[in-house]
Amino acid sequence: MYDLMIIGAGPAGITASVYAARKRINTVVITGDVGGQAAWSGDIENYTGYQFITGPDLTNKFEEHMEQYKLPIKLHEMIDDLAREGDRIVARTRNGSYSAKAAIIATGKLSRELGVPGEKEFKNKGVSYCATCDGPVFAGKDVAVIGGGNSALDAALQLIRIGRKVYLINIAGSLTGDPIMREKVEGAPNVTVMNKTKVTAVLGDKFVSGITVCPVNGGREEACLAPTTVNVQGVFVEIGLVPSSGFVRGVRKNDRGEIMVNARNETDVPGIFAAGDVTDVVEKQIIIAAGEGSKACLSAFKYLSRLK
Amino acid sequence: MAKTVKIYSTPTCPYCTRAKDYLKKNNISFENIDVSEDQDKAQEMVKLSGQMGVPVIDIDGTVIVGFDQERIAETLGL
Repeated sequence: MYDLMIIGAGPAGITASVYAARKRINTVVITGDVGGQAAWSGDIENYTGYQFITGPDLTNKFEEHMEQYKLPIKLHEMIDDLAREGDRIVARTRNGSYSAKAAIIATGKLSRELGVPGEKEFKNKGVSYCATCDGPVFAGKDVAVIGGGNSALDAALQLIRIGRKVYLINIAGSLTGDPIMREKVEGAPNVTVMNKTKVTAVLGDKFVSGITVCPVNGGREEACLAPTTVNVQGVFVEIGLVPSSGFVRGVRKNDRGEIMVNARNETDVPGIFAAGDVTDVVEKQIIIAAGEGSKACLSAFKYLSRLK
Repeated sequence: MAKTVKIYSTPTCPYCTRAKDYLKKNNISFENIDVSEDQDKAQEMVKLSGQMGVPVIDIDGTVIVGFDQERIAETLGL
């Protein structure tokens, strides 16, 4: 059994792990990837000490800093369930389980999924959550961008230059992103904006061949008897982010699914701490997540000291 | 003998950059194939990997999708 397990290795989790190593806490870091959303960021110009750094470069710096301490890091490990059981915190994965006296949840946020049939099946087979990454593979193809906010507009603007036809499928009555981006998207000759429209399924064989869409009216879900098919080879889902807190059981969360913490990063369950974008901390910033990670670790250290 | 390493990538994908950094850090020479510049290569990548996400790393015929550090290390014997 470990004294501390840190779940996640974005800015919050990595900073917590650096502090844990320096406090010589018997720690394991369990994570799906390294860097989290920071790795996906383009240009970062507000992380103190760096006037300019890219997301991947900052992630490499974080990783090097963490690796210097030789903590055990379990990579590509997804936790299905985490809860307090008696005097310990138990995290269960597909392959087994981990126990510790305390845990810091620092799993950040993930892209929100549409939750329609075919979406999971065609992930990376035409369904993408990153136009910046995968967009170029869709050169000359017809694509759909799902969403109406800034990230959807940003994806659409990138795909307008690459793809043949771009459909922007927006559930709201109008696009909500910045006016300057909206004008650019609406003015592009190869864009069709479909407002008040929702996606009901992703279709295809080996790869995506289309989506079905239905009109929505004033938020009222009307029976959609004859969905329209839009033929596209790519579907870019840009409908925001959700905290990846679903695996945490018995801990209080707000209506957005964020884990509720106090100023000491304590949750309502003794021994379970949380930090960064997965929590209800008021701002989501790389530097704030890093600071929260450090605070969570110091609180966990005090908690562990009191147990002895 | 050194293994032939190819990476299909786009210049804007963070995990492509991280994968390339990882190879460089381990002194592995590789051919970078920018699929945003070359449509034929993009289709080659889709055929090879059966999917459309980048990066795709081809190590002597072993195809790894995404920056899967453990599998890359294992395949290269790092």
